[in-house]
Amino acid sequence: MKARAFSYVRPRTVAEALSAFAGTDGDASYIAGGQSLVPALALRLQAPDRLIDIAHIEALRGVSLTGDRLRIGALTRHAELLTDPLILRHAPLLSEAAPYIAHPAIRNRGTIGGSVALADPASELPAMMLATSAEIEISGPDGVRLVPADDYFQDLYQTALEPGELLTAILVPPVGPDERWAFDELARRRGDYALVGAGVQATLVDGTIARLRIAFLSVGATPVRVHQAEAALTGAPLDATSIARAQAALDADLDPTDDAQVPAVTRRHLARVLLGRLLGRLARPA
Amino acid sequence: MNAPLSRLDRPNSYIGRAVTRPNAMRLLSGRGRFVSDLVLPRMLHAAFVRSPYAHARITGIDTAEAAAMPGVRLIATGADLAKICTPWTGTLDHFKGMKSSPQLPLPLDEVVWAGQAVVAVVADTRAAAEDAAEAVLIDFEELAVVGDIDAARAEGAERASGSIDDNICFKTLIDAGAVDEVFAGAAHVVETELRFGRHTAVTLEPRSILADYDPSERQLTVHHATQTPYQFQDLYSRHFGLAEARVRVIAPDIGGSFGMKLHVYHEDMAVVGLSILIGRPVRYVADRIEAFVSDIHARDHRVRARLATDAEGTILAMDVDDVTGVGAFSTYPRTSVVEGNQVIRLIGAPYRFANYRAGLSVVFQNKVQTSQYRAVGHPIACAVTERLVDLAAAEAGLDPFAFRAKNLISDDAYPATSATGYRFEKLSHEVCLARLKAMMDYDGLRLDQAEARTRGVHRGIGIATFVEITNPSPAFYGIGGAHISAQDGAVVKITPSGEVQCLVSVTEQGQGTETIIGQIVAEKLGVDRDRVKVITGDTDITPHGGATWACRGAGIGGETAFQAAKALKRNVLGIAAAILQARADDLDLIDGQVVEQAGGAPRMSLAEVARIAYFRSDILPPGTQAQLTVAHHFAPEGYPFAFTNGIQGCHVEVDVETGFVKVLKHWVVEDCGTIINPMLVDEQVRGGVVQGLGAALFEECLYDDNGQLTNGSLADYLVPMACEMPDIVIGHVETPTKDTELGAKGCGEAGTAAASAAALNAVNDAIAPFEAAIGRIPMTPHRILRALGRV
Amino acid sequence: MTAKVSVTLTVNGETHQGAVEPRLSLVDFLRQDLELTGSHIGCEMGACGACLVLVDDRPVHACLMFAVQAEGSTVETVEGLTERGALADLQAAFRDRNALQCGFCTPGMLASAYAILARGGVPSRDQIRDALSGNYCRCTGYEAIVDAIEATARTRAAAHAQALRPQARLPDEARP
Repeated sequence: MKARAFSYVRPRTVAEALSAFAGTDGDASYIAGGQSLVPALALRLQAPDRLIDIAHIEALRGVSLTGDRLRIGALTRHAELLTDPLILRHAPLLSEAAPYIAHPAIRNRGTIGGSVALADPASELPAMMLATSAEIEISGPDGVRLVPADDYFQDLYQTALEPGELLTAILVPPVGPDERWAFDELARRRGDYALVGAGVQATLVDGTIARLRIAFLSVGATPVRVHQAEAALTGAPLDATSIARAQAALDADLDPTDDAQVPAVTRRHLARVLLGRLLGRLARPA
Repeated sequence: MNAPLSRLDRPNSYIGRAVTRPNAMRLLSGRGRFVSDLVLPRMLHAAFVRSPYAHARITGIDTAEAAAMPGVRLIATGADLAKICTPWTGTLDHFKGMKSSPQLPLPLDEVVWAGQAVVAVVADTRAAAEDAAEAVLIDFEELAVVGDIDAARAEGAERASGSIDDNICFKTLIDAGAVDEVFAGAAHVVETELRFGRHTAVTLEPRSILADYDPSERQLTVHHATQTPYQFQDLYSRHFGLAEARVRVIAPDIGGSFGMKLHVYHEDMAVVGLSILIGRPVRYVADRIEAFVSDIHARDHRVRARLATDAEGTILAMDVDDVTGVGAFSTYPRTSVVEGNQVIRLIGAPYRFANYRAGLSVVFQNKVQTSQYRAVGHPIACAVTERLVDLAAAEAGLDPFAFRAKNLISDDAYPATSATGYRFEKLSHEVCLARLKAMMDYDGLRLDQAEARTRGVHRGIGIATFVEITNPSPAFYGIGGAHISAQDGAVVKITPSGEVQCLVSVTEQGQGTETIIGQIVAEKLGVDRDRVKVITGDTDITPHGGATWACRGAGIGGETAFQAAKALKRNVLGIAAAILQARADDLDLIDGQVVEQAGGAPRMSLAEVARIAYFRSDILPPGTQAQLTVAHHFAPEGYPFAFTNGIQGCHVEVDVETGFVKVLKHWVVEDCGTIINPMLVDEQVRGGVVQGLGAALFEECLYDDNGQLTNGSLADYLVPMACEMPDIVIGHVETPTKDTELGAKGCGEAGTAAASAAALNAVNDAIAPFEAAIGRIPMTPHRILRALGRV
Repeated sequence: MTAKVSVTLTVNGETHQGAVEPRLSLVDFLRQDLELTGSHIGCEMGACGACLVLVDDRPVHACLMFAVQAEGSTVETVEGLTERGALADLQAAFRDRNALQCGFCTPGMLASAYAILARGGVPSRDQIRDALSGNYCRCTGYEAIVDAIEATARTRAAAHAQALRPQARLPDEARP
């Protein structure tokens, strides 16, 4: 299992990175933490001519509160999601999901930008982009653009990123005083890709759900926001009745396929159970 | 107040003591030397082009482009290697009627499983070899894929290989008689169908081999991650036509084996051939993806079985049908039949009943070969027996412990013979059963279970009794014609400064062989353990023997070393007696000193004996030729196997909404005879249990209809990891075998033998209130939800 | 073949500067180029933990990095940690508890253990198991490894507490 040969460049700025890509015929990959890309290269499932190592671009680092958004640099490692005080305070759902990302050593290398750029539907962070209402900051030859998470995930490993574009940051609206959140997943072993996982972020006013977003992972080709289930809850008190309604509505939101581990029917069942447990946690007084 | 002195309080009393392993610090410091660490001058690297199809005809191979790539030194096909290597066939004479197709290092015209190596590439680096392997063009013509064990046996079924007449590798029937009549008249009959997934060993160190052929001397040296270097010395010699004395197989540090590293693999034979063809060292280290498609798999059984009892719950009879799929040919040289054979011979073994019938069908299919993997057949036999026993207990209205107490062969009934014909010297089921019940606080667990159920928490308790085969005599393989030694050898020598080296044929894979041999030699000789160095795993140096399999290291290797040390001590005391003008019988050797047996007064040191023997033989009495090196060989006689026994308990919690199982705790009581090192025994048992729990809950090689392994990576084949495994409590009963002086049986497979059965019973106990039952291993969340009717 | 790329990194306290093929993984670089074979290769996809080394003092899969990505980094392997004595108590605990059998997973286990012990205090057994969640061991069943790490944490915590305790003042007559 040795990767095919490739050339390698180590840009220091976003502009250098973009031009390094432009200098190829499109057969290049950006690499940050590489925790998904390197095994794909070792297995020769991917074999780009060139790797562009963005790990040395200072501008992609750091977490800051800018205006009404928390800006999380693309190179922010999964392990930092667990410890960064700004993330813990303003984007706590990411901190809550982070321990479920693979294993400690993977979290020491893997980056939020890499995970969201790859958009693995079984990964935690892409789905949490939906749940937290994040925006994806994308730099390209024509400048910088922001794409709401709802528009970002398109199909299996397909995102709004155009070839050569670089994901540079994640922008998250900080949680408000009435917001609650919860994340959980059902994985066979600690750190495995989950059979199903979900994050919820909700605004509760006097026990009634003013707004909420629920996003699932491992249920389809993309991370999935479950609009029907959300509709079944919005405006309602968070109680056994509304939770049951949301669980029932979930079937219309999800369209999982059979796979070697779990048939679709079981995934749907597990998604209902998981949603019930998450909402139950949310309903309990903090 | 002084504690009473025990056997362990004598000087040099190491047998029975939990001493640490002398080789541990080396491994802990990153100084292990595994085959993949070895680099020889001008060494090349091999990679293989593998079949993408489970069954296909090879219609053309084009290596021209690959051969021209940078760093490529040799490309070999099946035809190239067939010129220097004779074929092998994995059959044994005592399995009457078994058949299998002959094998070559690489196939000539047909591939029979997806992942089979077809073309070998040798290059300066592994990466370059892989680059060239991608450029080799092979034309295949797809053939029908035989997968399902029932379809494979159907009349007129497609054949898994062109060189066999049908897909039946082997069939046999054991019939102790009158089974139908007993069932017809029985008060209770319970029956079940159990399915056991395909598992594989997943040693952390993949298969590795470094073959170094020197044409100037016709000398082949193979550094091989194997359990059985002597077996491979024989095989390489015979199949490549080399003088056996000029074939040296060295097994350095081995990164786990568990039975997987004693079979003949096509790639290993190819690598030896490649080194012969090119006259340079060639190294091949399987990567993990290759390991999953080419290491032996195991299990993969479907067993239908029933058990009859009288109205009081006394077992009367068992009736069993086992069908197992083994791949497209039988593994060499041990065959793929042994597992099924052990399944049908071990079922029911702990229990007292006479009427037993069992059929076995071993079936060819287009999957990778199956063969012996830790606890061969035991987990299946144990699960079938113990599941039926639990069902029968419920039918008779008896508690699982009470039912077993009623039916187990009594501890005072030995020697006894099982319904399947195994002769047991002495087992200890009753005392083990009672010990387990106390250890796990069974009554407390039942109370907890009842209370938890009122809260909607579903815990289950499962137990499983087992009998394990260890210390096999030549009855195991020798009578079948295989060159697999049932004996082992030890050479023990005193160095001139009075230290000791022991060369022994049993090998070390981390289980602690070198440690226990050192303990035995030090104790029997009467020297400090630090003065004994144990050397294993080199056919040029260590004596010939069976090495590591079937839990024989302690029982056979240990006895060999025991007797060698005893003989050497006699020699030492003989020389000392000559020097001291004393009677050897009046002397003893304690802590490196020759002492007077009566009173213990020191007379001279072992070092002084050695100094005189080696350097001043002129002062010895005339005719005295000091023999300070002793060789000894030992093979079991008497009972054909040393059977061990024990019982395991498993406590689980089943999330009935998700089907997830958490193992809360696991207990083992085992009887491996004389315990040489309790810490090592415990850790063998723990590791074995975890392999059994992995099988019970996680591990399975999944194939699609095209014969493709769909989960052949460490991300997809779920091995047990730290978070999912419980703490394991272990208790011991010691019933030494009287067939040897040492009295040790084996312990390496006991943990695996019954862990999955205990877990199966525990999960079934947990879901019993839902009228649900599961009979399939691994018990995945989906299968449990299905059993519960939730999906 | 593609051009080699220059890389400078510190391994076990020694600076290494050289040119490597970009596709060379860090673990292959350590094992082949530097002959540090303590780090093992078990899966080459980050699933087994046999290749864990410390990169900038944190455990990282050396199979999931190319050597060129380690530019400017400080790498420590089991050999270096052993030589500077950073693991001596942990290694002794592993030996005493027989927390290894074949030893192939052990260097990776030690890297994970190093990290959880570096946090200080005495982690719970569940926390230790979580820290080892990506380390595969086929031999031991894990319990002995958890025991060894727990024992080391206790010993270190006790020594730490001892060091922090104010020196008790002995009466003059008790002084030697």
